[in-house]
Amino acid sequence: MRVALFVTCLGDQFFAEACADAVRLLRHVGAEVSFPTDQTCCGQPAFNSGHRREALRMMRHTTQVFADAEYVVLPSGSCAGMVRSMYSGLSDTDEARAAAEDLAARTYELSEFLVSVADCEELGDGLTGHRVAYHHGCHALRELGVSDQPVTLLRSCGAEVIEWSADRECCGFGGTFSAKLPEVSAAMADHKLDTLPDVDVVTSADGGCLLQLSGRAGRRELPVPFRHLASLLWQGVAGAEAPRGSA
Amino acid sequence: MTGSSPEYRPGAYREAAAHSLRETPMVRDSVGSATRTFDSLRAHAYADVESDRWRDWARDVKGHALTHLDQYLEQAERSLVRNGVHVHWAATAEDVHRVIAKVVETHGVRTVVKSKSMLSEELDVNAHLESLGVRPVETDLGEYIIQLLDEPPSHIVGPAIHRSLDDCRVLFHERLGTPLDSEPDELAAAARAALREDFLSADLGISGGNFLAADTGTVALIENEGNIRLTTSVPRVHVALVGIEKVVPRFEDLAGLLQLTARAATGQPIGLFVSLIQGPRTGDEVDGPEEVHVVLVDNGRTTLFEDDVAWEALRCVRCGACLNICPVYRQTGGHAYGWTYSGPIGAIISPGLLGLDRALPLPHASSLCGACTDVCPVRIPIPELLIHWRERTVDEGRNSTAERLGMKAYAGLAERPGAFSAAASALRWTPWRAAGRALPVLSGWVQERDAPSPSPRSFRDLWREGIE
Ligand code: SF4
Repeated sequence: MRVALFVTCLGDQFFAEACADAVRLLRHVGAEVSFPTDQTCCGQPAFNSGHRREALRMMRHTTQVFADAEYVVLPSGSCAGMVRSMYSGLSDTDEARAAAEDLAARTYELSEFLVSVADCEELGDGLTGHRVAYHHGCHALRELGVSDQPVTLLRSCGAEVIEWSADRECCGFGGTFSAKLPEVSAAMADHKLDTLPDVDVVTSADGGCLLQLSGRAGRRELPVPFRHLASLLWQGVAGAEAPRGSA
Repeated sequence: MTGSSPEYRPGAYREAAAHSLRETPMVRDSVGSATRTFDSLRAHAYADVESDRWRDWARDVKGHALTHLDQYLEQAERSLVRNGVHVHWAATAEDVHRVIAKVVETHGVRTVVKSKSMLSEELDVNAHLESLGVRPVETDLGEYIIQLLDEPPSHIVGPAIHRSLDDCRVLFHERLGTPLDSEPDELAAAARAALREDFLSADLGISGGNFLAADTGTVALIENEGNIRLTTSVPRVHVALVGIEKVVPRFEDLAGLLQLTARAATGQPIGLFVSLIQGPRTGDEVDGPEEVHVVLVDNGRTTLFEDDVAWEALRCVRCGACLNICPVYRQTGGHAYGWTYSGPIGAIISPGLLGLDRALPLPHASSLCGACTDVCPVRIPIPELLIHWRERTVDEGRNSTAERLGMKAYAGLAERPGAFSAAASALRWTPWRAAGRALPVLSGWVQERDAPSPSPRSFRDLWREGIE
């Protein structure tokens, strides 16, 4: 399995350690990992705010960068959703559409790849005794249909995934939405935080959601630790000694 | 809508939402718990049937009717006329007002009983009636409550959803003299007793219409309280206001549509009352109005229909399911949206019906989470339509210059990997709080949240050094 890692903008700058953990996980399941250094942004911020032309430029760039990859794996549900579910519709020519559909067929969110392609159901026991809440990022859940995979993997590492009534409700990030309508966005995060059960850590396959939830928890001085799914799963493999993720 | 609330118009959405969260936190509590209850009832009601297939079917029936709108509207008109109904075509709200004024004048109407109709809200019918010296009485319990409070509805199906039981206890105590500790049943009984007089004295009943079957000329109405049945059968004259998008080809189609709408709206297999109105009372019938008018209302719908993407919003059956599941709507209820239709459906039809300039920023009042589409009984691709209106905003140059230039620059960088990573690293180390004053995107973020802490080194750097 040759995997090209697409770390995404937030991954590169805010979840660098988690992306490194994603590399470790992928190697652990036998993948040969590459990092095409010409990668930039999937175009989602432009697409979601109505800047179609700009989104198209980023899509063209991305389809070129990953043209030869056997698999493209992203430690981000929403960017994976952009590539897999939106690129085809965004295309302006038949050629672009063909390239987009070809890329979509090779693109996976990390936990989805581990379970569905690498056939991995067992990672280790490094999370034994950990009480974990999993936040379903909206795009992983709805655009990719990723819902059981992360939970299965967390459980396989010994974590107890605690029921959370709002686990599938949007955290309020929504890209530029969080900055355009910050009051409503924060109220959405508050609902998540106010319904959170007693856990050791909150995790998600989406960095954006984690920034939103941890940023809001920080402002409210709530002592809730957040970690990216990739880091938590790598801890599951390597145990407590695992290099610490950044979030 | 309390105290010095911001203006009631879509343009004030951000201020109104912030005001509601800050000043009336109990609205968030009432709306949050009511919508979550509605949504879980809906989920059970969907699970009991093959709802995916029902929804495909409903999407296709409504879609077919819309793509053959002229044909079915003309057929509906012929059927209605054959049934003895007066049919009026209204291009605008003023046209509707004229029809109503004529009926009021002809029949010397003093009191009008009304059943819940969002179209009537859209057309400002109550204010018009009052200007004619006519007293409009809302007979749906929720509408009755907000009429007493002089507030607009905050939800398509539950207009008083933003009010708590205690609010209602106080209101009814003051206005109807009920004890302060009355149970909901007792409050409803008090309203019913007060309304009974109005039903008997009203000369005109005004209703909406959930569906209009073209082949039989049948106006179908769903409800739970029985007030629609009375509104449409007790007064001498009945006027039904029906949006042109409500027409469906066949009487037979009503069976599926009525059941699906009830399941989506309240989780019921069907409304407790379904009225199928076929025309005025005839010879041997003992009740029903002497005269029935159906007003077929456009009011911007044709313009919306001409939009290649946004027309899909016209399939809407106004069930409110998208509001109930919407995490944005749940924070404020409907008043913040500043117009009759709120929540996801409001955000996608207001630009079509009001014009994009008046509707902004509603298409942005969404995190694009997509929960609405999961539940919509007619499968309107709501996030796609939201993005469509955002694209129109950009195309028409209605977004800020800063945003436009920023996105252009960003796309330019994204095509040049070296520059992109340098710029990204720079952003990583931006002092957000200070930069917030210059960059609106950052100021919006740090207003409500702590700035994110960047990784000590970018992934690019880690990769270059080698990952063990
Ligand atoms: S858009 Fe769909 S879910 Fe929302 S009110 Fe209309 S029919 Fe119901």
